[in-house]
Amino acid sequence: MAYALTLLTLVTLPFAAALAIAVLHQASRAVHSGIAAGASAAGLVLLASLAGPVIGGAVPSATWQWVPTLGLDLTLMVDPLGLMFAGLILGIGLAVVIFGHFYLYAGEATGRFFASLMLFQGAMLGIVIAGNVLLLLVFWEMTSLASFLLIGFWQHKAEARQGARMALAVTGGGGLALIGGMVLLGIAAGSFDLATILLRGDIVKDSPLYPAILTLILLGCFTKSAQFPFHFWLPHAMAAPTPVSAYLHSATMVKAGVFLLARLWPVLAGTEAYTLTVTTVGLVTMIFGAVVALFRHDLKSILAYSTISQLGMLVMLLGFSLEAAALAAVLHILNHAAFKAALFMSAGIVEHETGTRDIRRLGGLAKAMPITAAVATLAAASMAGLPPLGGFISKELMLYQTPKLALLGLPWLLPVLATVGATFSVGYSLRLAGHLFFGQPREAEPHARAHDPGIGMWAAPAFLTLLAVLLGLIPMLLAAPLVGAVTGVVTGAGVPEFDLALWHGVNLALILSLIAVAGGALLFWQHRALLGLWERAGLPDAKRMFKATFAFADTWVRKAIVATHTPSLQRMLLASFGVIAFLIVDGAQAGGALTGTRTLIPASPPAIAAWVLLIAATAAVVNDARNRLRVLIYISVIGLVISLAFVQFSAPDLALTQISVEVVTILLLLLALHLLPKNPPYLSAPSRKWRDGALATLCGVLIGGVAWAMLTRDPGASISAFHLANAKSGGGGTNVVNVTLVDFRAFDTLGEIIVLGIAGLGIFALLDSAATGASGARLRAWRADMPLSPERHPMMLVMASRIILPLTLTVAIFLFLRGHNQPGGGFIAALVVAVAFLVQYLAAGFDWSDERLPFGEHQLIGWGVLVAMATGLGAMALGSPFLTSWFDYFSLPLIGKFELASAMLFDTGVFLTVLGAVMLALAQLSHISQRAARAAQSGEGRA
Amino acid sequence: MMSYEFLVASAIGVLVAAGVFLALRARTFQVVLGLTLISYAVNLFLFASGRLVIGRPPIWDKAVSNYADPLPQALVLTAIVITFGMTAFVVILALRGFLESGSDHVDGDTVPCDPQDGMAAKNATVAPDVEDAQP
Repeated sequence: MAYALTLLTLVTLPFAAALAIAVLHQASRAVHSGIAAGASAAGLVLLASLAGPVIGGAVPSATWQWVPTLGLDLTLMVDPLGLMFAGLILGIGLAVVIFGHFYLYAGEATGRFFASLMLFQGAMLGIVIAGNVLLLLVFWEMTSLASFLLIGFWQHKAEARQGARMALAVTGGGGLALIGGMVLLGIAAGSFDLATILLRGDIVKDSPLYPAILTLILLGCFTKSAQFPFHFWLPHAMAAPTPVSAYLHSATMVKAGVFLLARLWPVLAGTEAYTLTVTTVGLVTMIFGAVVALFRHDLKSILAYSTISQLGMLVMLLGFSLEAAALAAVLHILNHAAFKAALFMSAGIVEHETGTRDIRRLGGLAKAMPITAAVATLAAASMAGLPPLGGFISKELMLYQTPKLALLGLPWLLPVLATVGATFSVGYSLRLAGHLFFGQPREAEPHARAHDPGIGMWAAPAFLTLLAVLLGLIPMLLAAPLVGAVTGVVTGAGVPEFDLALWHGVNLALILSLIAVAGGALLFWQHRALLGLWERAGLPDAKRMFKATFAFADTWVRKAIVATHTPSLQRMLLASFGVIAFLIVDGAQAGGALTGTRTLIPASPPAIAAWVLLIAATAAVVNDARNRLRVLIYISVIGLVISLAFVQFSAPDLALTQISVEVVTILLLLLALHLLPKNPPYLSAPSRKWRDGALATLCGVLIGGVAWAMLTRDPGASISAFHLANAKSGGGGTNVVNVTLVDFRAFDTLGEIIVLGIAGLGIFALLDSAATGASGARLRAWRADMPLSPERHPMMLVMASRIILPLTLTVAIFLFLRGHNQPGGGFIAALVVAVAFLVQYLAAGFDWSDERLPFGEHQLIGWGVLVAMATGLGAMALGSPFLTSWFDYFSLPLIGKFELASAMLFDTGVFLTVLGAVMLALAQLSHISQRAARAAQSGEGRA
Repeated sequence: MMSYEFLVASAIGVLVAAGVFLALRARTFQVVLGLTLISYAVNLFLFASGRLVIGRPPIWDKAVSNYADPLPQALVLTAIVITFGMTAFVVILALRGFLESGSDHVDGDTVPCDPQDGMAAKNATVAPDVEDAQP
């Protein structure tokens, strides 16, 4: 664990930078890019401190437990492969940040841009130094999300949004497959720890799960690395700002798939299925990308398809399952990162300075922008694989390996096809440089504007191109130790013997290379004629196919949803009630007597009278449902009887709650009825009523039966005894119900007040927007359908309510304060206060009361939840579990002995939230009726 | 002789029956009433799971050893308040649905309301807004 702090700092730095930039999003462009560059540079320094030991053979790693039951640990590990990729991510990241600073204009949302970029950097860094495959998945998904944000950076452009969606759909979908593959891999290997898995390659390859593992992991890699046929998202991702394309879509993210293939090589590679699949996919992608790239006109599109082609080559090389091919792949990863990022930045410069990326409008730019031309031409030469550049060496190595694998049993097939791919690579590279910088300008306007940018913009691509050149001139000095160490880790077989040089004598690779260069020159020379042929061919458009696939899936999903999830509340409720009835009948099959042996309590005559009242009121509700105002009276009778039942059965807190909720509910329904139709016609046919009646009766009998069976049996042992025994000594209160709410089960209560708060806010959202659109028109067209009292605010009621207000508030405070020891508490007090205020609304009108209301309902809800949470967190700060309560007794002169409990503070939170939610619901409703009534009045006035 | 247990069990049964019947109706207001009745029944049922006890509220006292079960009471207390939240939300949802579509049918079927009743069908379709049209 010697490196624990370094590793942790390395991976958290970019995220910290992203957060800092997001917080400072108002600051200037220089602040944003400064933070990003600083973080990248600091990361590079940290990484450099690890480089020596890692190349020397040490593997710095550190583990923290995260979710041990799932096998998910926070394990970080830097081996040579991770070191190389981390170096690319941070180094090119730094170059891109510097370039991006000058590329973006000062007025753009640079905070969002650099924050997303740093988020991506952290995620990508996480992938390459994760030492646990589940952790790797977490970072993998994060790169997809960051890529989505960055591609869609210019939100106002439709193509940016579409490109972002497409990239997310493809790479995110592949990510899902990868999750499956990784979990199976962990099961097959018996561990999710990467180092352990890599040692168990033989176990995995012999596992019956291997085919599934291979398929799923390859899906993840191929989608991420834009392999055919999942390549199409990459060209559309070019809607991103050019620094993003240079960073994500050439140097780093698209290489994540290649990285994973290399990472899991010891576990997956070597089998026939692997070699055949990976080689073929890579080969097809290489040729396909190269051919298409030759015929694109947008600079970034050319580069995108060339990236697809080059990624194909890397995948193919890894597919060979040969050590020397892996070495070629490792070297080419370095080469490609250097020249492709430089080319993307050059394309960005050209667009920035000429206003276009269409190669058909440009040409002869070498005179106007000589530095850019020199940089880009050298980089393109490396891409073409021309000596004496780095690209030449890795391409030679690739061609040298091709005869070693007999594809379809034909030893000549692979060399030929690889040469075809290389030929087209030379072709598009020549065309890119040739049509852009040499010859005559095709259009005057872009050419007239063109000039070299300041050093800030060309420094980064120039540096990368310099690297590409040096990788060709002094490869042994510059890259050999790293490439050797990385190859040793990839194959798991130790550092190989090798020699990197431009000249290896005349061999097959050199001949194939010469053929490719000659063929490429021919393609460039005949480009116009070939373009004509290509355009006449009318090939399918991947974007249209993608859209059609999605539309198809959408249609069928909709049909499936409608088929299984009937859009009819009535039918769904019928099914739900039917299932409930069935479950009870099914449970009753277990047998046992309906009536238990508990001694029953004889009912008193007043109780029987109340019961009769309740049954009669319930019947009246059903029978008289059309007269909605009268129904409300019946409902309140039922609520009253239930409150009395709570009084009778030793539940004073419930009785207080029920009666105050009853008042509030009836007020709410009254207000709603003001706007709803009051005497609707019957809708149900008699047959349906009989059917529903039968089901309802069945449900009633069954549930009544269950209640009877329960009530006539003695209860089993429960945890209630604990609550009774500990309420006073542990919770500091004698009202066990209240202590349960604010102490024993305070977490439940916290959840419930949050739900209540959300319901209040939901009501606000539903009503606040009701004044617009169709519902607004209906509100304005509203007419009172019942005679209104000529006296809007009766004097008696107004005066009485004002006298009652302070009395009610006093009662509420009393109920609140004594709640811990006697019936009362936050819930009840809040309801009483709400009733007190609502009476003011009722008596004096909405405007009068709302003006005088000393608080906002939203704030009440927010403060309530915050106070309750803070009480809980306060306990944690003192070292106890969340929501542990504290109490003690004090004495003051005059007042005497009194108790202070943190539960009281929690109850205050409950009080505030409940009050806020209730007031918000009713105040909003009365506000909207008020508006309707006012509109109706003014309408009558005009008429 | 009638027992309290019978009164409570039968009240629960009757409330459920009425609630289910109303919840299956086609008008939003009736469905709300149905849910209200079912909520009463459910709260009573939960409360009854602590069994019926008379005259022994769960207020701790040194001298008393037998209490009504406090746990169902605490659960039902919050349930009552949550029931209010739910009822309020459903009522407002129904109201907004009615304002939006001009029908208070639960499945959004445009069955016109009684012309004598509140927002009559003919009023509801008043599309051009006179107030807003004037500058």
